This record gives sequence, structure tokens and C-alpha cells, in this order.
Amino acid sequence: MQVVPIMADLFAEGKQPEVLFWVGCAGSFDQRAQMVTKAFVKILNKVGVSFAILGPEESCTGDPARRSGNEFLFQMQAAMNIEVLNMYEVKRIVTTCPHCFNTLKNEYPELGGNYEVIHHTTFLQELINDGKLKLKEGGDFKGKRISYHDSCYLGRANEIYEAPRKVLELLDAELVEMKRCRTKGLCCGAGGAQMFKEEEDGTLRVNQERTKDVIESKADYIAVACPFCSTMLGDGIKEKEKQEEIKVLDIAEMLEKLM
Amino acid sequence: MIQQILFILVLAGLGWFAYQRYSEIWQNIKRGKDLAIEGDSGVRMKNMILLAFGQKKMFKNFIPAIFHFFIYAAFMVTQIELIEIFVDGIFGVHRFFAPYLGAFYTFIISFIEILSLLALVATFVFLARRNLLKVPRLTMNEMNGWPKLDGNLILYGELFLVACIFTMNGTDTVLQKIDPAHYPSTGFLAISGWLGPALFGGLGEGTLKILERIGWWGHILGVFGFIAYLPFSKHLHILLAFPNAYFSSLESKGKMRNMPEIAAEVKLMMDPNAPIPEEDPNAGPVSFGANDVDGLSWKNLLDAYACTECGRCTANCPANQTGKELSPRAIMMKTRDRMEDLSKFEKAGGNKEEGDGKALLGDYITKEEINACTTCNACVEECPVSINPLSIITELRRYTILDAADSPEEWNLMFGNVENNGAVWQFNPQDRAKWVEELEEGS
Repeated sequence: MQVVPIMADLFAEGKQPEVLFWVGCAGSFDQRAQMVTKAFVKILNKVGVSFAILGPEESCTGDPARRSGNEFLFQMQAAMNIEVLNMYEVKRIVTTCPHCFNTLKNEYPELGGNYEVIHHTTFLQELINDGKLKLKEGGDFKGKRISYHDSCYLGRANEIYEAPRKVLELLDAELVEMKRCRTKGLCCGAGGAQMFKEEEDGTLRVNQERTKDVIESKADYIAVACPFCSTMLGDGIKEKEKQEEIKVLDIAEMLEKLM
Repeated sequence: MIQQILFILVLAGLGWFAYQRYSEIWQNIKRGKDLAIEGDSGVRMKNMILLAFGQKKMFKNFIPAIFHFFIYAAFMVTQIELIEIFVDGIFGVHRFFAPYLGAFYTFIISFIEILSLLALVATFVFLARRNLLKVPRLTMNEMNGWPKLDGNLILYGELFLVACIFTMNGTDTVLQKIDPAHYPSTGFLAISGWLGPALFGGLGEGTLKILERIGWWGHILGVFGFIAYLPFSKHLHILLAFPNAYFSSLESKGKMRNMPEIAAEVKLMMDPNAPIPEEDPNAGPVSFGANDVDGLSWKNLLDAYACTECGRCTANCPANQTGKELSPRAIMMKTRDRMEDLSKFEKAGGNKEEGDGKALLGDYITKEEINACTTCNACVEECPVSINPLSIITELRRYTILDAADSPEEWNLMFGNVENNGAVWQFNPQDRAKWVEELEEGS
């Protein structure tokens, strides 16, 4: 039985969770990203983390509005969300989306929203380091090649390169890097609100370019930490009809399989 | 005596010319909006020392970095020798410091000679990279014409300067033996000590004296020419890299500049009782974001002048690599071109208030370019001197949407979803936690 407390219910009972899980639009509505949300919740429940979600009171952080230039809409979203978060006296937020992470962490403080914001890869690494999350030996990934795709908003934007890799090192698999990685990691093509429009004219789509690196890495699994990277790379791999050989999985999904 | 007068005249001419041009650039940068510089100045100083002085980011790419370092080191250290050239030129003396400094003088000049030789090697390597190997980022279409010529001219200039240094020192070495009263001993110089006699050994005294003067004048005129040329060229980076690294943002690259003017409006909408901010009666029409250089910050404009068109940003841009129109380097070059054109227009008597009827957005940078950006920060990460092309792109996007209401149709749909449904897609906000039911059903 999985428990997913809603913030409003806890608050009514006078309870305060240790951490708020910010699910994000993709994690809430996108079928593929929902799988990551569910996997992460299963980990939280297994470890016994005291958490809650906002549920219907959560709203888009405004990231795609801001990146595309619509500052007005961004500020509206930010003001609404900050009002809700402050009302519930939220101190600590964990999120599975690097875009929500970046906005909540870096852009809300100036507007009156001050929280400790953690991306789920860092959160999972901490759970493992503290011995709270124990992984089974072997499993699906034993001896397989795994390559981690850096999300721009985790990597360059927030300089989180190591936490996801540290988690993957525990999988008893062979970690390989794509030719463009870490600070030189190539974008999946979704950022800056590109996810929500056709790309401008060019010779290739950005995810097709990145898929070349994916195939070249000869990895069995591409580990991702962002729902949009997951969609973009999944699409690129499908287009090359490699979806049977190369699986795209979020780091939370990988860990959940080994619990 | 004639040489002294000539030297002082050339120096004064250069000073006047350089003053005009450098103030023009200063005025151009001041077209930008104010930008508060926040954060620890110690950290800023450290950034400047590591990035500009220490060239930290250059060394991510070792081969060009090491050759670039040779030229850079030779340039920095040669400045010491210029002190003597100035003293000699103004007072009509010859190698003024040689007798006083003795062995130390030999060491300094030898050090300069070795660095000059390394710089010479580097110059040939760079000419080859630009013209024979045709390194892609140095030979893309946007580099055609003046940018390409500019890149090569400076390398030819370096060849000229090094040739003059060795002619000057080489002939001097030989003359010291013939006429020690007028040519004080420099000691055995690391390169001219043997190169001088080898090249100029058999020549007559008169020829040697003329060649020595050609070397000396060639060198100093080359340096003066360089100072005068610099502010018309991408090579201005040798000066502006320093302030640029110092003033670059200390915040996460993911954070976009806040627009407090909009935050205030939103506050008013959400809380009708909030105090209405006092309006400045002198303020002009309100414009959001930027469609021209005066809407950008002065740091954006300093960035444009600090850019040396190396193209590391563009080579790593996902949009550019997949054939889109966007090139972060071109964004910087066009921003600089816009300032230069405005400045030319005003100098020619154009009305500053009315402007020339053109704008950065539309006439220089197209919507297609800015709409291709994924805000991935690869360009910002790559720039060795902390230029931020992304900041210009997002300010132009802000204008396109907030002021011109001219956004791609699909973005308008997304805006509508966020506004009405609180999500980027059209789902019922009440269903935001619907996945929980599926989770409990065990899927």
C-alpha cells in the first residue's frame, strides 16, 4: 500500500512533513514521467521519508513561460506558488524535474520564496550515503553498460554533475560516458520552452544529434534525471528503431528496481 | 634630435586618436541600462585572476591554449621593454637601462627574446589553423569578410613586431663590438647573441645603424599601430577580458534576471490593497525586455566588445550544431555592430532621440535566431572570458512577447494552458494528483 499524503490534509491535522515532493507538470500528467513519480514515491515510502505533495494546489513553476520571454505569466505563477508554499510553511522541497528545481531554488527567493530545494538525484544519493536506502545485489543492471545524460538545468545551470553519477556507481554496472558529457554535455533539445513548439528550421533536430552520441556510446541504458530529456531521448532512439536495445530510464526508476 | 621630435609627435598623435576612439566605445557601452553588481568582490577578483590573467577556461582545450599563452606571455612581458623604448625615444638616449641593470638587463631582454620566439611559432600555428587547417569554428560563414581579415591582420602584425625586435637586438649586438661608446653592452642575449652575428655579421657600420633604427622604429610604430587598431578589432579582448571576467555574474547560470517592474504589477493584481507604487512623471514609455542596445544592460554591451570571435560558444551550441540560424557568437558580433552603426549615425549628424529607424531585433538579429535557443547555457559555459550571449537572447525574447506580443502560436497555447490549467498541457488541474490512484491500484 503506497501512501501519498496531501499537504492540505496534513496541515489540517496540524502535521508538517519533513519534505515536500514537488511533482511538476510532467511528473503529474505525462505518462512516461508519471512512472518516475511513482518510482520515486515507492522509494520514499520504502525508506519511510515523511513527505507530502501539494496535489491540486501545485501549479506550473513558470519556467517555460520565463524562458520563452513571458515574464508576466512567470511572475503570476511564482506569486501563486509562493503563497501556497509559504502558507504551509514549507522548508524543504524535493523535485524530480531539473527545471522546477532550478526555478524554485534560484528564482523564487527574489520573489519571497525561500526554501531548501533538492533535486531527487541528490536526495537519493543522500539516502544511500546515510544507509537508509539499501539496494539488492545484481539485478537488471549487473554487467550492463549505462551512460548518464547530463540535464542542462542540473549540470551547467546548477553544477550538479556528481550526485547522479555517484548513485549509478552503485549499480554494479559499467558506467560509460558519452563523447559530450558534464560541462560539454549536449542538450536534449527541450529546454528554453522548445519542448512546447516545433524547432526552428535546421538540418537535424537537437534530439537526433544527441541520439548519435547515445548510439555511439553502445550503452544498454541511458540514465536520465529530467522528464523532458527522457521524452526527447526516448523519441530519438525510437526513431532509430533502437528502443529494444537502448532503454531510457530515470535514476529513480533504476533504484526502485533494485529495492 | 629629429628622431626625438618625431617620436613625441607620433606619441601625441596616437594619444589623441586613442582617446577619441576609446571614449566612443565607453559611450557605446553606456547606452546600456544600469545593472547592480552584487556579490563578494573578492570572488570577482579571483575570477578575474583565474579567467583573464590565468586563462583557466582556455586550458580546457590544450593545444590552442598553449600557443595562445605564448603570445599572451610575450605580449605581457614585452611591456617592460616598452618602458625603455619610451625613455630612449623621448630623451634621445640609447638603451638607457643597460649600464645600470647589468646582468639583470641581459636576463630581462633574453627572457623577452625567448617569449618572442615562442610567440612567433604560435603565430605560424594560428595562421595555419585559420588558413590551412580551416578549423570549422574559425571559418564559418559568419567569419567571412572583415572578421576573417581582422583575425589574420593581427597575426601578420605579430610577425612584423617579432621581426623588428630581432632586427633591433641583432644589429645592436653587432654594433656593440664596432662602436661600444654609443652602443652599451647588453651582455650575451639568448637569441640575438648568436642570431645577430649570424644574420648581420658581415654588414658595414652604416647599414647596421640604419637597420637598427628600422628595427627600433618598426617595433615602436608597430606597438602604436596596435594600440590604435585594437579598438576597431576583436582584439580588444586583451583589455576587456579583465573587466568582463570581474563583472560577470556570480549566481547560478540557471537564474534569469528578475524583472522587478513586473513583480510589482503582479503584486498589485493579486492584492488590490497593496500600495500603488509612485510613478516617476519623467519616465518615458514603459518597455519590457530589449529590442535594441539601449534595452540591454551595460554588461551585455561590454560583453559584445570583449568578444574575440573565437567561436567556442557557437561550436558547442546545440541549435547551431543542428543547422539552425542561431550562433551565439553572431549574437555578440551583431550587438557590437549595432552599437558601432548607431555611433556612426550620430557622428554623421543623425538625431539621437529619433534614431536611425533600425533596431537590434529585426534588423540585425532575427526572431528565428532567438527562438532557436534551448537556454542550455553551453555558450555561457564555454566562453573563456565570461561572456553571456544567453542573457541577450532572453532579453530579446522578453521584448518579443511582452511588448510586441509576437510569439510562436504553439507558445501561446502553452501560455494559455499554464494560465488556465496551471500546467504546460491542457489537463484539468483537479487531476494533478490522479497518478496517486493508479499507484494505489498497483500500476
